[in-house]
Amino acid sequence: MNLLTILVSTVFVNNYVFARFLGICPFLGVSQKTETATGMGLAVTFVITMASAITYLVYHSILDPLGIGYLQTLTFILIIASLVQFIELVIRKMSPSLYNGMGVFLPLITTNCVVLGVTIINIQDNLTFLDSVINGLGASLGFFLALILLAGVREKLELADVPEALKGVPIALVSAGLMSIAFSGFSGLV
Amino acid sequence: MKLSNIFKNGIFKENPVLVQLVGLCSVLAVTTTTVNGLSMGLAVTAVLLGSNIVISLMRNIIPDKIRIPAFIVVIATFVTLLEMFLNAYMQSIYNALGIFLPLIVVNCTILARAESFASKNSVVPSMVDGLGMGLGFTFAVTVLGIVREVFGNGTFLGGTDFVINVFGEAYPGAGILVAPAGAFILLGIFIAVFNVVLNKKKKTN
Repeated sequence: MNLLTILVSTVFVNNYVFARFLGICPFLGVSQKTETATGMGLAVTFVITMASAITYLVYHSILDPLGIGYLQTLTFILIIASLVQFIELVIRKMSPSLYNGMGVFLPLITTNCVVLGVTIINIQDNLTFLDSVINGLGASLGFFLALILLAGVREKLELADVPEALKGVPIALVSAGLMSIAFSGFSGLV
Repeated sequence: MKLSNIFKNGIFKENPVLVQLVGLCSVLAVTTTTVNGLSMGLAVTAVLLGSNIVISLMRNIIPDKIRIPAFIVVIATFVTLLEMFLNAYMQSIYNALGIFLPLIVVNCTILARAESFASKNSVVPSMVDGLGMGLGFTFAVTVLGIVREVFGNGTFLGGTDFVINVFGEAYPGAGILVAPAGAFILLGIFIAVFNVVLNKKKKTN
């Protein structure tokens, strides 16, 4: 498959958040402000792209030859957890303000199902090394885009007169639904 | 806390999906039909029960600093077992849940219960907590599955031998409810309704 096709397809057409429902927890959790959303998006982009590369190598050079493919879930989640730990260390050193902004959600990237989801889909669909990395990059950019868009909408919603029961997450979910309809307009693009 | 209270907590006051808002990915993805929703709920309940039991048994052995990775390994083990079991005995459910089966590992409900309950309580309360939270999750996904299937497709229990055409054969189906957008919007409305009901109950008490 053409690399550009993979990228456009994962960012717009089969957006992992809107079409595959991966990464909903952070999508709702850190989308209140565009600033934290940007930080989270960047961290996730880095983790997913790296994780795609590493899990590919581990699966095809260790798990598969040894015939222990069933350890896939266990191994991948450990790889992702250590990657996240590493990034947490780096961000704490380089930008304490970003670190404070992301707060509890940074360690939670481990349990962000986009990360594990992408790595498993890479193996399932039998992608090559380069395809896997691009698929990871596209998935995380798609996640980034969805996160920033929702954050923008939610900042405006703060000022809107929303019915009491719908305040907070319910109205965010309804907005996400409307965005999902908009994104379905991209289908047929690739 | 009394055991019955722990149990009820998981279903109502601290319902993982409708109140704590965790584990929403699988909630949105697999609730296109009643059967899929129900089987996802039961799968999560099984893993939650297993991981809560094992983690509460090992809570004094696991060093505090590496507890999160340790919890994840326990959870991943149960998920792998479940995956193999379903693949061997219930192929149709295995195929319907697809990638969301391994993704139970990262369902925040399970890690959250391990961290906030099982690692601090003995086995019996942890078991009850796992069961309550699991059934609370099952309740939410099943209701969502029923609504989406009945109004989106016009069927009930589709994919089994007991299919009922609720609105007759001619029902055109509200495709939006089965599409991703419908899942988001319905869940939002469902959470709002559940909140209203809970608040009313609180006031009358």
